[in-house]
Order: sequence, then C-alpha cells, then structure tokens
Amino acid sequence: MHETSLVSALMQQVEAAAMELRASAVHRIRVRIGELAGVEPQLFASAFELFRERTICAAARLEIVTAAAAWTCPGCGAAIAPGQVLRCPDCALPARLASGDEIILERIEMEVPAARDRGRNVPPRRERTMEATDV
Amino acid sequence: MCETCGCGDPEVVPVDVQESLLAANDRTARHNREHFAAERLLAINLMGSPGSGKTALLEATASRLEGRLRLAALSGDLATDRDARRLGKAGIPSLSITTGSGCHLDADLVHQALHDLPWRQSDLLFIENVGNLVCPAVYDLGQTASVVALAVTEGEDKPLKYPTMFRKADLVLLTKVDLLPHLPGVDVAAIEDALARTMPEPRMIAMSAASGEGVDEWIQWLEERRAEVAAAGRLAARHEHGHGHGHGHGHEHGDGHRHGHAEAGSARPGGRP
Repeated sequence: MHETSLVSALMQQVEAAAMELRASAVHRIRVRIGELAGVEPQLFASAFELFRERTICAAARLEIVTAAAAWTCPGCGAAIAPGQVLRCPDCALPARLASGDEIILERIEMEVPAARDRGRNVPPRRERTMEATDV
Repeated sequence: MCETCGCGDPEVVPVDVQESLLAANDRTARHNREHFAAERLLAINLMGSPGSGKTALLEATASRLEGRLRLAALSGDLATDRDARRLGKAGIPSLSITTGSGCHLDADLVHQALHDLPWRQSDLLFIENVGNLVCPAVYDLGQTASVVALAVTEGEDKPLKYPTMFRKADLVLLTKVDLLPHLPGVDVAAIEDALARTMPEPRMIAMSAASGEGVDEWIQWLEERRAEVAAAGRLAARHEHGHGHGHGHGHEHGDGHRHGHAEAGSARPGGRP
C-alpha cells in the first residue's frame, strides 16, 4: 500500500500550493497515473478518502487520469506494442518507455478569496494545513 | 474561474502543477546517489518477494567476496532485525531498517540509516529492500543498480504480473535453481521470454546459493559494476583536479535535516552522512 505514501505526498504538495495562494478550499485535484507506474488508481482513491478529512481538501474531488504504457524504438521511432518483446524488430535496439510510468499532480482548482481580501495578514486555514501535513 | 460545476465562480483558480508525487523522494535519492558516487561505492537495491532468497544470496556473496571487496548492508523489514543479524554473522556490517507497516524503503529511510552504518569503508553496499514485488519498485533510493531476486518456485509469469518491478531491474537473479528438478511445471525459457517482454534490456543469471550454481557469474557481474563505478570516480576526480578545484565535493544538504558534523565523538569525520 505505497499508495498511502503517495497520497501523503499529494496532500503536502496541494497544501503547499493552497497556502501560497491563500486558498480557502480545494475544489478539484487532477492526478495522472501511468499504467506502469506501479500504482493502483482504486487504492490511491481510497487512500485519498482517508487523508482528506478535516483538511483543505475535505470537499475536493479527485480526478485520476490513467496513461497507457507506450514503448517506442529510440532509433526509428516505431511503436512497440505492450506485451511484445521490448526490442525493435527492425533496428534491434531496446525499446524506450515514452509514457506510462508517471505519477503526476497535474492541476489543482482552488477557491481563492477575491483580491481585495488578500492583503490581510492571516493566511486562511494555516493551522488546519499544518495538522493535515502531519497525518 | 470555476470549471468544476460550471458555476463560473471567479474565486476558483486553476493551477497547473505538473509535478511528480515522487519529487521529494527523488531529490533525496539524488543526494544519496551523489554520496555513493563520491565514495566510489556500488550501491545495489536488492528487491524481490518475501522468501525469494535475498538474504541467502547475500550470505553466499559475502563468502565469495571476502578479501576482494568490502561489503555493507542495509536490510529493510516490517519487523525484527533477523536479516541484518544473519548478514552480520556472514561478515557483512549490517543495519536493519524496520519499517513497521511500511511496505517499501524510500530514499529518506536509506539516508537516515546511512548515518548509523560505517558504509564509507565499503566498496559495495547492498540495500536489501522489504520483501514485496510491488511497492519497492516505485521508490528510487539512489542506488547504482537494481537487482531483483526471483525464485523458480514463484512461477513463470511473475514478470508479466509485476511489470513495474522487472522493467526497472538491471539484473534478475533467478534463485533456487537447484529446485528445478522438482518443479516439472517450471520452464526457464518461459521466464526468459516473460523478462524479454518486461525488460528492455533483459539480463538474467540463474543461480543457487545452496548448490553454488551461477554464483561465479553473479560475482563477476558485481565486480564489473564496481569497476565501472571506480573508473567513473577516477574520471570525475581527474576532471575536478584538472580544473583546479579542491577536493571538497561541495554539495548542499538541501533536504532539511542536519548531519551533526560537529557532534563530539562523531564517528563520521568525513562530514557526510
């Protein structure tokens, strides 16, 4: 269940971004997970459910985009289908993974109180943020 | 503007991040890798299922390399320090990393453990990961090379079922091959075929710690990797001196913890972890 560790890292990255913009809530998070990243999207989503309680992400929607594995020949650029021998039949070069091993926080949508409220000294929810980081 | 529900709320701001969730781990892994390279140390991340024979193969390795290469080991386990004690008995200075419920080692656990292991006096550091074919594959520890132990009893299709682990391996050690006569259903050619479909540059050594088969080939592989590391180190040193730099490797410890260089009686005069 390394998905738990990864969601913990996700929370820290989201919290940091939210703090920087003084966001009051996170509405939506999009994560891209490659087919060969070794991460089970279902377990990742379950871990997020546990982590988000009482944090700035409490009401956030998690969107997981999965990326298929794509192997190509570094010589001629030909695609090598997953499941095949990972060597270009023409060039005899070992295939290279073009995508499919990524675990990326792509995008966050946050609620940021309007500019006129920003000059205030207290970044909202700082305490709650710290608490969430310790989970 | 809110794009979630289409309400058009101007206070909802989208931010493009595009950062790996492994970014923090990867930073620490790079840091570990710099340490290993500076000391010309070959660091092997040894992974595999529980019971695949990781500890036994290290015991066999220790007896073969005695007097040739100096070894050290970190051994990750959920509980107990049994593996580290076994390795200690085999003559490898070892330290156990007990992960509790953690299913894998990460770069920071390794970095912390290096503070307590006299690894600088070694040529070869084995990091025996937690027995698990899934989670350890995700975390870079800063190793020079990744080796996966796969026992013949685990079945031919393990590489196809756990492609992430095998894709990242530099070498697969097919262990316990002395058992093959008792396993009529296991075909080594089928295992090699599965590896060719998961590893771009498949490399497998069939071995047995019990019979000694294949151990020579494994030792040779280790010595070749170690020679590469030493040669790269010499090249780097020449380059550095050629430009009139000093000996200080001068990298930053940007990972937010102190190394305690100034502690009285510190056993780490080198000033690195």
